[in-house]
Amino acid sequence: MAEVRIPTILRPYTDGERAVSAAGGTVAAIIDDLEANHEGIKERLLDGDDVRRFVNIYVDDEDIRFTGGLSTEVADGATVVILPAVAGGSR
Amino acid sequence: MTDKLKRVLTIDRTTRDAIVAHARRDHPDEACGVVAGPIGSDRPTRFIPMLNAAMSPTFYEFDSGDLLRLYREMDDNDEEPVVIYHSHTATEAHPSRTDINLASEPNAHYVLVSTRDGAEADGTPIDFRSFRIVGGEVTEEEVQVVDRYADDPDATPKKAEH
Repeated sequence: MAEVRIPTILRPYTDGERAVSAAGGTVAAIIDDLEANHEGIKERLLDGDDVRRFVNIYVDDEDIRFTGGLSTEVADGATVVILPAVAGGSR
Repeated sequence: MTDKLKRVLTIDRTTRDAIVAHARRDHPDEACGVVAGPIGSDRPTRFIPMLNAAMSPTFYEFDSGDLLRLYREMDDNDEEPVVIYHSHTATEAHPSRTDINLASEPNAHYVLVSTRDGAEADGTPIDFRSFRIVGGEVTEEEVQVVDRYADDPDATPKKAEH
């Protein structure tokens, strides 16, 4: 099991919980398990087969963009942090 | 939290001036940052200028590593982002379509500063505005600049709140 930290904006999917447990050996599997218990959350994280451009996911402090994306391994006891980008633009 | 919908951003002058100075310093690129405060206090107390990883005159984004460190630090301090600020350097101090689409902190005051039309120069008037952005809806709110925060017991974080 991994601990998944949920950002404020996604807490409506987790009954307000700041952190939930999820099972799976990869980020993709963790997200599927999240979806099984918190329906609708997957669509907020993924755009098709990829992580959304303005969603950051970290496994044990490493941004998964640099560690293999959705196939990044998640060890038992790992911490997965989800953070929406803080971003914007004038256009 | 049982926060009512807030219609005012109350911010101390030193922090407001620090945001303006950051916007001017980074002009013509967009500047960005956060003012953190105790959870539930609605009081912006800790000014945290962030690097604009996009280094762009039309876009801003916190670096993903900086973002993780920032949120961890706020978590450790029982803080939240009370203000999220950025500058527009050629357009008005109003959230753009992109700003609205990407806004992800429904409890934050989104502060916009515009350094257009010469406002990047020190001592010139500058637009400093605050908005709520919730579910794609933008609501402008009053900005009240105070010399210092009143000694309001409600502003200190309460242990019972979470």
